[in-house]
Amino acid sequence: MTAATTTATRPTKTYHDELAVIRAELDKCMKCGNCMAVCPVYGAEKKEAAVTRSKIAVAQAVLDGDLELDDPEVYEMAFNCLVCKSCMTNCPTKVNFDRIMLALRAALVRQNGLPWLKRMIFSTLKHPKLFDASMRLGAALQPLAFRSEQGGRAISPRSPFALAGGAIGFDADRRLPAPQVTPLREQVPEVVRVTNPVARAAFFTGDSLNYFYPDAGRDLIEVLTANNVEVHIPRGQNCCGVPVLVHGDVDTVRTLARNNIDAFEATGCDYLITGCGSCGGAWQHDYTELLASDPVYGPKAEKWAGRTYDISTFLTRIISLRPPRGRIDKVVTYHDSCHLKKSMGVAAEPREILRMIPGLSLREMSAPDSCCGSGGSYVLTHFQTASTIGRKKAEDIERTGADTVSVGCPACMMQLLDNVHRFGAQQEVTHTISLLAESYRRERA
Amino acid sequence: MLDKEIIAQLEALAGKDNVLTGTVDRLTYSYDATADLPRKMPDVVVLPTDTAMVQALVRFAREHRIPIYPRGAGTNLSGGTVPLKQGIVLSFQQMNKILDIDPANLTAVVQPGVVIGALNAAVAPHGLIYPPDPGTVATATMGGSAAENSGGLRGLKYGVTKNYIMGMEVVLANGEAVRFGGKTVKNVTAYDFGTLFIGSEGTLGIITELTAKLIPAPKHRRTMTGAFRTLADAGNAVAGIIAAQVIPATLEIMDRMTIRTVEDFARIGLPTEAEALLLIEVDGMSADLVQAEAEAVMQVVRDNHGDLKTAETDQERDRLWTARRNALPALASLNNTVILEDATVPRSRITDMLVACEQIGRKYDLVLGTFGHAGDGNLHPTILCDKNDQDEMARMHKAVDEIFQVALDFGGTLSGEHGIGMAKMRYLGNELGDSGLNLLRSIKESLDPDYLLNPGKMVPVREV
Repeated sequence: MTAATTTATRPTKTYHDELAVIRAELDKCMKCGNCMAVCPVYGAEKKEAAVTRSKIAVAQAVLDGDLELDDPEVYEMAFNCLVCKSCMTNCPTKVNFDRIMLALRAALVRQNGLPWLKRMIFSTLKHPKLFDASMRLGAALQPLAFRSEQGGRAISPRSPFALAGGAIGFDADRRLPAPQVTPLREQVPEVVRVTNPVARAAFFTGDSLNYFYPDAGRDLIEVLTANNVEVHIPRGQNCCGVPVLVHGDVDTVRTLARNNIDAFEATGCDYLITGCGSCGGAWQHDYTELLASDPVYGPKAEKWAGRTYDISTFLTRIISLRPPRGRIDKVVTYHDSCHLKKSMGVAAEPREILRMIPGLSLREMSAPDSCCGSGGSYVLTHFQTASTIGRKKAEDIERTGADTVSVGCPACMMQLLDNVHRFGAQQEVTHTISLLAESYRRERA
Repeated sequence: MLDKEIIAQLEALAGKDNVLTGTVDRLTYSYDATADLPRKMPDVVVLPTDTAMVQALVRFAREHRIPIYPRGAGTNLSGGTVPLKQGIVLSFQQMNKILDIDPANLTAVVQPGVVIGALNAAVAPHGLIYPPDPGTVATATMGGSAAENSGGLRGLKYGVTKNYIMGMEVVLANGEAVRFGGKTVKNVTAYDFGTLFIGSEGTLGIITELTAKLIPAPKHRRTMTGAFRTLADAGNAVAGIIAAQVIPATLEIMDRMTIRTVEDFARIGLPTEAEALLLIEVDGMSADLVQAEAEAVMQVVRDNHGDLKTAETDQERDRLWTARRNALPALASLNNTVILEDATVPRSRITDMLVACEQIGRKYDLVLGTFGHAGDGNLHPTILCDKNDQDEMARMHKAVDEIFQVALDFGGTLSGEHGIGMAKMRYLGNELGDSGLNLLRSIKESLDPDYLLNPGKMVPVREV
């Protein structure tokens, strides 16, 4: 499709702006219930309202006027979903349930406004400097509320906070990645040059790699440069917006998307690389749909959607990565992040990379692509259900006997860190790219 | 609507967390997987956790004359779980424990909420399977599939649910729990109570435990497809396979409309000029025997002018199965309402039935594709229509009436595996006659005189 034809057919309103636009998607659902086989929330709660077909039925009832949109039960049901897209992989009629969920939540926010806490947090996201300052302040103050664990890489709540936070899982057992005082984007130059680059790629760090896992972010840059790729890390980039999008704050996510597009347009790069399935999915799908009626940013979003690759796809499908030679004697099991596999379609590539590392043995867990229960903020708002889901994941991991669990998404890393600590055998949790970077480093040693 | 006092007492019996009264919760138990049927919200949903709780709930409901609608996963295709007269939906999704796996006796004891696929996963390490495989194995519960007597793709060789339930615990309408059958292969003590409750669609009692029969998993299999230029050739091939004394595990058929729709949907290189496609799988414990059966089938396919494809690897098998797996999804993608019937005829009338379905589709100007289990005569004529087009819906209803009549004329039955529920209740007399309906009523009324168990399903409620 050319830019000219898409401009001519631009819709005036998307499902993000009007709930009725989603009607045709709702009508595709046969209520067959196949979603029950894979929905992690239903698996944990075993109640109909938890599963996809029921959420569709409720959305239909709202559109038909049989239920009020501002009914608190509708609100509660709409937010009891991880937006993991598992149901979409098992749906015989290919219902795009993620769109339904986002449309419903956007409609709820249009009608009710955002709760004050979300409003406060999301508005800082729109002002990157303010957000950056608050993340750093949080990192600096964190020792007051959290104990340091695992040599400073993880933290857990100190006892007074653990008592108060027990209900939402902030008990003393909680393990969280320690936020870093110097974020990734300030640890590295804006352009990392190599001689005779094979490609020029812009790295979209996302907030999680920037603030929580800068080491993994640096590993990703290191792997790219080791493969002779010039890496741009534009300072003007901000949050991908998915955490806001899933809460129905369409205005904020559109602002974030446009800012990001401007920042990447300025790089002039041919590729956009992500190390997080949610961020990559936003660039590949959400931005084009959010900006579908925008004549200026719509075409730009489409252009960047076609240039976005997960790091593992870029390494194995676009360039041919240099086989690593440094030995890593670890037994690794790989967890498929929902957004990486179900949104970006990435599953074979990370496994190919892991198999290339000498000494590393890859051992598959049962149902590697079942959700870990993170869902971004879902784990904060629905801790009990998220824990039930996470316990199953931790048990599946433990049964492999692996000492390390690797994953391509920082949100899963956070959830897995907590899961394996609570229910598992404290296996090491790492980003897949960090294992590759380590192998490259060891060959130099 | 039930008053607060009743709800409070239900909460006292089942625990507050297991009693759902919110509008959203009740709405989500107002339907099942059946299209084009009225919906009704229950007054309350209760999720029992053990048999004693079920008994207490039944006694309480009887005392207050509140209807009870037992429900598994709600994936049935007959409207069997819609709470037509409101009251209590008794959802067994939380009674989902596998209580015992006994490889020595080839049995498993399960709670009714156990998903069929979960049982199969649990017995697989013992080299065993539970054979009944309705399309919903990954979601449907053992209790629900026993109450519906579900079939599936392996019916011809392995039978259906009723052949694999050896014992049960059932809570009766009077609140008594009765246990019968068990781990013995032979059991002629008293009446065969199992046959009374299997396929009773929740109208005679509430299943609270099942003893299932397991068999060793077949170790070898061969898969092939045959594309035929005429329906007669396909029908003759089915007859020829049986005449060659081969009983395939799977013997599935798709008509031209289904073949073309699947090809448009999945682009897998199906022969769109073919009038029918057969998918055949033979299996067994010995490689030699399976190979001999496969060769016999191949010969029959060739003798009947079929274009043969065989699978040598698991990947190739998967490819051959793709067409059948996509039949329903592909047809369903054509419109917003999927009317999936399961009229069944003696195997020898398969060709006649396929021709009749096609003619009925044309007569009423409907999009109709037929696929199904050729081996056991159980076809799925599937009509795709627009629920917002009243004229088309009316034509669809006439076509369905005619499909059932034709099936009966061929010596067949209204339902091979989906059950009667409320979808086919009005046709019952056509097959059973008045004496059959009277027998149905006497059984119902002797076990549930107040019509409190799944009222409005299978047995027309007697107006007093």
